Amino acid sequence: MTVPDLGPLWLTLHLAGIVTAVLLVIGTPIAWWLAFTRSRLKPVVEALTALPLVLPPTVLGFYLLILFSPRSAVGGAWLDLTGTTLTFSFLGLVIGSVIYSLPFTVQPLQAAFEGLGRGPLESAAMLRAGPFDRFRSVVLPLSARGFLTASVLTFAHTLGEFGVVLMLGGNIPGRTKVISIAIYEHVETINYADAHILSAGLLVFSFLVLLLVYSVNRRFPVAVG
Amino acid sequence: MLEVDIRLDFGAFSLQVRQGFAGSGVTAIFGRSGSGKSTLLRIIAGLEGRAAGRVAMDNAVWQDSGQLMPPERRGVGYVFQDTRLFPHLTVRGNLDFALTRARGLGGPGLEDVVQALDLGPLLARRTTALSGGEKQRVAIARALLTAPKILLMDEPLAALDDARKAEILPYLERLRDTGRVPILYVSHSMAEVTRLAQQIVVLSAGRVLRAGPAADLLADPDSVTLFGVREAGAILTARVAGQEADGLTRLDTSAGPLLLPRVDVPVGTALRIRIHAQDVILSRNRPEGLSALNILPATITALRFGDGPGAMVQLRAGNDLLLARITRRSAAALELAEGIPVFAILKSVAVAQADVGAATAENG
Repeated sequence: MTVPDLGPLWLTLHLAGIVTAVLLVIGTPIAWWLAFTRSRLKPVVEALTALPLVLPPTVLGFYLLILFSPRSAVGGAWLDLTGTTLTFSFLGLVIGSVIYSLPFTVQPLQAAFEGLGRGPLESAAMLRAGPFDRFRSVVLPLSARGFLTASVLTFAHTLGEFGVVLMLGGNIPGRTKVISIAIYEHVETINYADAHILSAGLLVFSFLVLLLVYSVNRRFPVAVG
Repeated sequence: MLEVDIRLDFGAFSLQVRQGFAGSGVTAIFGRSGSGKSTLLRIIAGLEGRAAGRVAMDNAVWQDSGQLMPPERRGVGYVFQDTRLFPHLTVRGNLDFALTRARGLGGPGLEDVVQALDLGPLLARRTTALSGGEKQRVAIARALLTAPKILLMDEPLAALDDARKAEILPYLERLRDTGRVPILYVSHSMAEVTRLAQQIVVLSAGRVLRAGPAADLLADPDSVTLFGVREAGAILTARVAGQEADGLTRLDTSAGPLLLPRVDVPVGTALRIRIHAQDVILSRNRPEGLSALNILPATITALRFGDGPGAMVQLRAGNDLLLARITRRSAAALELAEGIPVFAILKSVAVAQADVGAATAENG
C-alpha cells in the first residue's frame, strides 16, 4: 500500500478554516440584524440566507461559474484587475463555500441572539456600556455556545463540500483538489485503498472535532443559544 | 429636576405625558398594569427609540425633536423588575461591571454600597444561585455604582413574596433618606407607594391623572377613584412618645395620642401612620364603651358621594388630614357636612414609614 497524497486533506482544512473565519465576520452582523430587526424585509433576507440549505450545490456552483467566467462583468473585471480568473482558483472556492455554508453560521447565531433577547443589552446600556462594549462583554460570553455551534457546523459543512467545488474548482492539486474530490477521483480510478484512507481519515477527524466541541460545550455554565 | 414631554403611540395604546419630576426624594409613578408606567420609565432611560418629544435632566437634553442621547450616556441607574443580572458573572463581577464604567464620575465606592446593601457574604456567588431578594439587592447596588443622576426603579418588589419585600423595603427607605439621587419608583402597590414616596404621579391609560405631594394626594377625598376603595387612605405623622408596660407603643400626633401594638423603635422616632379610609368609623359624639383604643377628634373638611352607596369623608385631625369611607346612608343619618366636628374611631392603624427600620403593626 502506498502512502496517499495528503495534500487534499490539508487543502480542505485550510479552506474550511478560512471559510469559517470569513463567515463569522460576515454572518454575525446578518444574524444580529435578523434577530432584532422589525423590518418587513426580514423574511426576504431569511429566505435568501437559507437558500443554500435547499438548493443542490450544483445549482449554486453553476451560477457562480457563470458569474466568475471572464466573459461575465464580474469575472471580467476581476481578470482585468488581477490578471487571474476566479474559476478554478482557491479564492473562487472560498467565495463559493462562504455562500454555500452561510446558513450554517447565520442560523445558530440568530437563535443564540434571539435567545439572549434585548434584556442583557438594555441592562448593560444602563450600566454605561456602549454598543461595542455591550457586544464584547455581554453578547459574546452569553452567546458562546451559539458561536461554537456556528463555527463547528460551518467548518464541518465546508469539509464535506463537493458539488460547488466540482462545478467551480475542478481538480487542480494544491489549489482546488479538496478531499471530497480526491476521494471521488480515487473511486473513479478504482483506487479503493487510497479512497479508504482518505475517507476513514476524514471520518475520524470529523468525529474527533465534534467530540471535542460537545465536550467543551457541556462545560459552558450558561445555556444560551 | 427631570422634565418630560413625550408621546408614544403603540397600536391602540397611546402614552402622552407632560410632567416635571422632583430633583430629590422618591417620586412614585402609580397606576394599574398597562397604564404606561414602565414604558414611561423606558422612554426616560432612552430604551424606547420610537417615542416623540422632549426629555431633559437638569441642564442636559436627553431627547428632543428626534435627537436621542444614547441610553449609556444619560447617567441613568435602572433597576429592572426581573433584575437582569448577568448570569456569566459573579455578584462581584456584576458590581465591577458598573464600577469600571463609572470611574471618575464621583459615584459611591464599592465598600459603601456593599455595606449598605449587606452584600459582603454574596460577592463570590454566582447570580444564578441567589434568592429573589438577594438578586434585587445586587441589582440595586449595581445601579447605584453607575453614579446615576437619577435612579429608575421598575416595580423592583413586584416579583417578590411579602417576606422578601419586607427584607428589601428598609434598604429602599435608607436609600431615600441618605442618598442624594432622585428616585422614580414605578409601582402598582399602594403599600409601597405610601411607605416610600414623597411625591406621587398617578398614571391611567397613558395619561397623568394626578400629580403632587404624597400626603396631599393620599388625603384627597377624590382619591378613591385613583387608588380604589380598598387602597384609599391617608397618612398621619406621629412621634413615638413611649413604650407602655402592657406591650403597646404610645404615639403623639397633632390630633392626640395613639396606641399601637409595640413598634420596636426608640422613643422620639418619627413615624408615618397609614390609616385606610375603610378602617375609620365616624361618630358625632365621643363614643364610650368601645373596645377601640384610638379615637381622634376631627373636623369634616370635605364630603364626596360617588355613584354607589359609598361616601368619602375628608377630616382634619390636628395638622393632618384623614379619610373615612362610610355609606351614603350613614352620612345622611349623622347629618354630616363640611365644618361639623366628629370623632374618628380608628379600627386599624399601620405604620407606613419609619425613619428607622421597618415596622408594621395592626391595632384592633
